Amino acid sequence: MAVSQLVGARIHRREDPRLITGHGRYTDDLPHQGVVHLVVVRSPHAHARIRSISIDAAKKAPGVLAVYTAPDFKDIIAGPATFAVAPVFAPNKLTNPPRYPIAAKEVCYQGEPVAVVIAGERGQAADGAQLVDVDYEVLPAVMDIEAAAKPGSAKVHSDQPDNIAWDTTYVPWEATEEAFKTADVVVKERILQQRLSPNPMESRVVMAEYDSFDKRLTMWLSTQNPHWIRLFVAGALGMGEQAVRVISHDVGGGFGSKISPYPEDFIVPACAKLLDRPVKYTETRTEAMQNAYAGRGQIFDVEVAAKKDGTLLGMRVTQLLDAGAYMALFSAFQTCACLMAGGAYHWNAISSRSQAVLTNKIPTDPYRGAGRPEATHVAERMMDVLALELDMDPVELRRKNFIRKEEFPYTQNFGLTIDSGDYETTMDKALKIAGYDDLRKKQKEQRKHGKLVGIGLSTWIELCGLGPGAATGPATGGVVLSESAQVKIHPAGGVSIYVGTHNHGQGNDTTHAQIAADTLGIPMEQIDIRHGDTNEGPGFGYGTYGSRSLAVGGIAILRSCNKVIEKGKQVAAHLLEAAEEDIVFDHGKFHVKGAPDKSKALGEVAFAAYGQLPAGMEQGLEAVAYFEPPNFVWPFGTHICVVEVDAETGAVDIQKYVAVDDCGNVINPMIVAGQLHGGIAQGIAQALFEEMVYDDESGQLKSATFLDYAMLTANEMPEIQLDSTVTPSPTNDLGVKGIGEAGTIASTAAVINAICDALSPLGIKHVDMPATSDRLWLQMQRARGASSNGKEARK
Amino acid sequence: MKHKVSTTVNGTRREHEVESRLLLVHYLRDVVGLTGTHIGCDTSQCGACTILVDGKAVMSCTMFAVQAEGKQLTTIEGMAKDGELHPLQQAFWDEHGLQCGYCTPGFIMAAAYLLSQNPNPTEDEIRRGLEGNLCRCTGYVNIIKSVQSAAKTMGGAKAKPAGRPAVTAGGE
Repeated sequence: MAVSQLVGARIHRREDPRLITGHGRYTDDLPHQGVVHLVVVRSPHAHARIRSISIDAAKKAPGVLAVYTAPDFKDIIAGPATFAVAPVFAPNKLTNPPRYPIAAKEVCYQGEPVAVVIAGERGQAADGAQLVDVDYEVLPAVMDIEAAAKPGSAKVHSDQPDNIAWDTTYVPWEATEEAFKTADVVVKERILQQRLSPNPMESRVVMAEYDSFDKRLTMWLSTQNPHWIRLFVAGALGMGEQAVRVISHDVGGGFGSKISPYPEDFIVPACAKLLDRPVKYTETRTEAMQNAYAGRGQIFDVEVAAKKDGTLLGMRVTQLLDAGAYMALFSAFQTCACLMAGGAYHWNAISSRSQAVLTNKIPTDPYRGAGRPEATHVAERMMDVLALELDMDPVELRRKNFIRKEEFPYTQNFGLTIDSGDYETTMDKALKIAGYDDLRKKQKEQRKHGKLVGIGLSTWIELCGLGPGAATGPATGGVVLSESAQVKIHPAGGVSIYVGTHNHGQGNDTTHAQIAADTLGIPMEQIDIRHGDTNEGPGFGYGTYGSRSLAVGGIAILRSCNKVIEKGKQVAAHLLEAAEEDIVFDHGKFHVKGAPDKSKALGEVAFAAYGQLPAGMEQGLEAVAYFEPPNFVWPFGTHICVVEVDAETGAVDIQKYVAVDDCGNVINPMIVAGQLHGGIAQGIAQALFEEMVYDDESGQLKSATFLDYAMLTANEMPEIQLDSTVTPSPTNDLGVKGIGEAGTIASTAAVINAICDALSPLGIKHVDMPATSDRLWLQMQRARGASSNGKEARK
Repeated sequence: MKHKVSTTVNGTRREHEVESRLLLVHYLRDVVGLTGTHIGCDTSQCGACTILVDGKAVMSCTMFAVQAEGKQLTTIEGMAKDGELHPLQQAFWDEHGLQCGYCTPGFIMAAAYLLSQNPNPTEDEIRRGLEGNLCRCTGYVNIIKSVQSAAKTMGGAKAKPAGRPAVTAGGE
């Protein structure tokens, strides 16, 4: 790589001018001649049998062009509508209920499509939808995962044998028998991960147009991975991929909820084909909250065995996961929580088991962090639970058990190899910034005055940059998560780069251009980065999720640029009348080794590349590269949170939040900070506010608007102090790691540990998320009640 | 039933026949064709559709188009003048105040109103002034910085709304 000029610099985002002036191209903003509107008629019940559907009145409603139910799609969605792929492991048990985009006989979650109404105006389609009369026989809704897992439970799908989606034991309990037998101390905890609504600010929009003359389909939609959608839609509609174009311009956030295909992704293009008119579906917020694949929804039962001096011996962890009514594309990825539960520490042995249970709810799927926030919460909560039991400072317990700097690459208990790390240095830096020793001294004083002040740490680690073929191939039914990029240098020197990743807020158009500009030695302005159109660029792009756009996608860009430079050397050798092996490329210029004065700029070489060349040399200056990473990348860090819990109301006030993170080499520090801010905010929101709440009986989602689902506002966001250390990854050419999910992975544990520390004088050892003031108030009341029954609580 | 509605949008007079039930945000997006004003919820909680109505910040999903009769409307498209970004737009760019950008127009409009009322807001006043707008990407950290930076550029007391002075009538 050329000497860095742009990499590492705080370059302002090139995507911003259109977004700050109202000229973004989100799917709902695209003008389309003759487009008609589709509204989905959804099941109001979580579980019901469809007796009949009457569409006559709807068909006669003003402006209504068509009303379709499942039988109408039989011939058009004739191929498999892929919603879920093979899980990542060889399970002891697996049930993957079949799913069709539109229910015919039985609905299994509230919001499942049963009919669609299409009209000239959206309002007319919505009016028509009101007139579709569905006769349901309501069936029991299976909502509680523990009850659903029991033999004899009511069933989520009447045609499935039971509700167990999968059951996998990674390492059997016998493996930790020794650890638990020899332990001085064993601590246990049940840790809940509530269901979360991903809530990108842009809900989903799908528009499709079918050209019946050319037999080509064009789709515009809000997705994180257009090529995957093309693959699935083409398969379902029985079309070749060459005839399907998927375009995803600006996307208003994803957070994982725009990875998997949705029923409308199949229904809308099918309707465009049936009607031979462009059709558009615009999701409402309530539809999004009912139907977007949810995050988390898990219960962990954890036991930790340790010596009196704090040496960790063994862990046993069971994940009970709420799969929802069906499996989604990457449902099974969430099991990585079991493989990561050991965190940043040495263990003699860890046993783990994941069981997923079907329920009559929208499926869960990766949501920012996906499995790794859960793992971090387990590891970091258990550190504090153990520290409390041992009366040890949580910092010293962590320090004692950290995987040490000189041990990397380190193969952890489940055979995953952590590329690089320096956990202690990062923690020490965070402790220093936070003033940890002073905070503890102050806390002692504050406690004397009855103040409930707590300090929480999260020394998180993460696996990301999905990902190596050996790990991801089996999870996707064979497609390994590599990444592609194509570089075209045009005759006058302009550069177009087509990337297989997607950009929905991450700033990739900027960071990718920084990498390319440095590699090619030309100004950024000469480079256009293109994403989100399957008709452009390489044969397949894998999309953006799992903090992979830089650590995987960025390397594909680097490599495609290097391939172009190699071709450029052939052309330059011809122009400079030298041997190809004597040509050196430096700062955008080709020159003969030892003679830098005699050089040709990249632009000159580009022009020549399209002209007369020696026999046997092809015209053109372009290249495609795919990069399959040899390993995941493993960022890490330490977050420290200080809270005060109001002793009267249970309200939590975050007084300090320090985050020292290490994502290897940094391309653009401004963007890294932004990713951390947003991630930390999402974690704080999970820790304190957010929860999807369903009615236990009817299965109705009660938190289906922003009035009922508590999103974090500017008022609740605390000040964040960021700092970093730099430990490059040895597994890629840029030494980079991912940072998109890190904040979310780290922060819930820091906040909850701080709250638990604050409440420990009351004898409270654990609190669940969301730690809302009413819950904490209740827990404090109970603890005080218990203490007035004889135990002394307040010291 | 259709009604005639006349408004001034970003300085240009507009006249249309609209249905009674048409929301102002749909009027702007689908009838006038200004799609910079976004829709993020159905219940007037997210603030993505915030515009200025006679200089006051209003969530344009809370008003019918017919209620805008005779009003001066300013949308995000009306903020940049003669190719010059509005100081708030510039500040959001400089301070990395946006990621996916979907909520950004609403934030800029809400902030414009805030600064018109309080040219030198404290951090706390900015947080409270923007609590009607939701962002899922930024954690608000850089949004707050952007507004602080814009307030500085706009020179405190000089700052008045882009259109005309605030009047008490409005669609709040």
